[in-house]
Amino acid sequence: MLLQVNHVTRYVYDRPVRGVVQSHRLTPSVFAGQKVIDWQVTVSDGQKGGSFRDGAGDRIESWSIRGPVSEILVTVTGRVETTDLVGVLKGHKETTPPQSYLRSTAPTEADVALTELAQVGEGEPLAVAHRMAEAVAGAIAYAPGTTHAHTTAAEALAQGQGVCQDHAHALIAMARARGIPARYVSGYLFADAEGQAHEAAHAWAELHVQGYGWVGFDPANRCCPDDRYIRLGSGLDAQNAAPIRGISRGIAEEAMDVTVAVLAAQQ
Amino acid sequence: MTYFNEMFQDGKTRPPYARLANWTESMPAPLRQMKQAEAEALFRRIGITFAVYGEGGDPDRLIPFDMFPRVFTGQEWSKLERGIKQRARALNAFLLDVYGRGEIVRAGRIPARLVYQNEAYEQAVVGIVPPKGVYSHIVGIDIVRTGPEDFFVLEDNCRTPSGVSYMLENREIMMRMFPDLFRENRIQPVDSYPARLRRTLASVAPAKCKGEPTVVILTPGHFNSAYYEHSFLADLMGIELVEGQDLFVEGEFVWMRTTEGPRRVDVIYRRMDDAYIDPLCFRPDSMLGIPGLMDVYRSGGVSICSAPGAGVADDKAVYTFVPEMVRFYLGEEPILQNVPTWQCGKADDCQYVLENLGDLVVKEVHGSGGYGMLVGPKSTQAQIELFRDKIKADPSNYIAQPTLALSTTPTFVEEGIAPRHVDLRPYCLCGESIDLVPGGLTRVALTDGSLVVNSSQGGGVKDTWVLAE
Repeated sequence: MLLQVNHVTRYVYDRPVRGVVQSHRLTPSVFAGQKVIDWQVTVSDGQKGGSFRDGAGDRIESWSIRGPVSEILVTVTGRVETTDLVGVLKGHKETTPPQSYLRSTAPTEADVALTELAQVGEGEPLAVAHRMAEAVAGAIAYAPGTTHAHTTAAEALAQGQGVCQDHAHALIAMARARGIPARYVSGYLFADAEGQAHEAAHAWAELHVQGYGWVGFDPANRCCPDDRYIRLGSGLDAQNAAPIRGISRGIAEEAMDVTVAVLAAQQ
Repeated sequence: MTYFNEMFQDGKTRPPYARLANWTESMPAPLRQMKQAEAEALFRRIGITFAVYGEGGDPDRLIPFDMFPRVFTGQEWSKLERGIKQRARALNAFLLDVYGRGEIVRAGRIPARLVYQNEAYEQAVVGIVPPKGVYSHIVGIDIVRTGPEDFFVLEDNCRTPSGVSYMLENREIMMRMFPDLFRENRIQPVDSYPARLRRTLASVAPAKCKGEPTVVILTPGHFNSAYYEHSFLADLMGIELVEGQDLFVEGEFVWMRTTEGPRRVDVIYRRMDDAYIDPLCFRPDSMLGIPGLMDVYRSGGVSICSAPGAGVADDKAVYTFVPEMVRFYLGEEPILQNVPTWQCGKADDCQYVLENLGDLVVKEVHGSGGYGMLVGPKSTQAQIELFRDKIKADPSNYIAQPTLALSTTPTFVEEGIAPRHVDLRPYCLCGESIDLVPGGLTRVALTDGSLVVNSSQGGGVKDTWVLAE
């Protein structure tokens, strides 16, 4: 599937800021399931800094803005040819040891409820992973606005509601509690005409499954990532895998506004 | 338990201390007290202090200085030197490996869990090859002695070992107060340390740096317990002492604010934990760090000493495997031995530890500074029981070691001269080459019978002499 992405993040400050620095994970991953046709990231008034591929295979780019500026536009546009690999991250170059994804972080700490939810029986590892993803989908209803950026997996499960970030955190916490390496993935999702899919700027989880390597699971949509998904990068949790991390000097109030459109491009 | 006295053996004075016997005889108590007061006044004037956490009182109190020097022969030192350098090389080889191909884990010589699930293992630096392949540029190795030929490594410090300013100041003060001693004894100098540290730091400048590298020391600020040392070293090296707010990232580099405008920084000797150095990569709430520093580092625009992630080599559970690292990477037998260590995370070890708590020293895996430890033979039954509960609650957080018969050296005390237990921390420099000044910091447990030498637990320091051959 040929997907066209238009993603604009607009930061507005109530007074000018200086010395803005951002770290981006905004370039599609390189693996058998996706091929970049063209891709461009621009930052208004920005100076491009260091760029490199990290141990997890993500392309990291840094930007700085000397300022003063009252508004920053981060614009991502491009086309990616995707292939449905039923969630398997095939042909992805990375060197970070899977065992290092067994460490929990504050939002992915498994409490008693998450550990119990992870008890979906034994069996073939891939089947166990699927059952855990289903368990998350059943336990946390999709309800935008019920959680925030710092909600933990345990809190989301306790209230039984959340968004894709909470689904992913919950699945990650459960997998790690069972000794299965798991990580958070940021990306985009193409929403079809019926509007079935949830969020265009999307997130899901990857579990390291014996015999398959990293496999994606999207509890929010009760499926594995297919050719509607564009993968950007991964991390231990949402913050660690964030597409944009930034900071500025000064005491200004920041307002952020994001628009993402993922469309089926013309061939 | 009998202890090895480094000065007296079988009623005789051991050769390295021969000339010190006359020295003490020529110094009656009143003169000694006068000298001690003079030493204290000098330390006060210099301003050398060490904050002690969690004890209340004066945070700027003096660390007690004992005038009686600790002495090694050239021959003793040459063995120590080879052992220390060997260990520092192995630790750096390990760090490069576990952030690279992980050969030692693949070969089954160390459990993957201990390395990759370690809190100090930084995913952010996987695949990074720092300049000259060095992660830990200053390796502080704590060594204890139990006999004439018996030295053991107590722990490794690969992040930012402190205390080297005391090594330099102790020498300075001894030379000022007792110039005769330095004429009578052929003592190898240590004052080249700052120049050698600076050379080491400059040798790991990034490839993007052309010409003379700009090196700075990054401190968390004056409230940090080792702030005195940070400013002291900056002075002696002739480099800038900076805080996070003095540096910023723009484009591909890190810059320092100066009165003449921004100046590019090539090497940062940071005296700050990984978690605080960059809010964009680590703790987002850190106000001490430099936003974007890690991206510059990872794209080769700046060097950070020690490199982020170096802490995975000095963990107390990983410590057990350092002799194995020496064999695996260097193909050599370790010159310095480890203290036998029981991992409470292993069921058999844990059982042994719980049955023998009264005889053992128990430490937290991530603890430092002598906090959170139990010295079995010196503890009350209540303290032992408290530790039993702690270990049972979280076994893998503890290791245990036999209570070592730490050597003693003569020390000035209220009643005159008495043996007190000591350890040694040398500072090994790793850059283009491996370098070590002949000496280190000797810490002394001033309380009679105490085996805890940490300055945060009331320990003192001594000048450490290495005699020329």
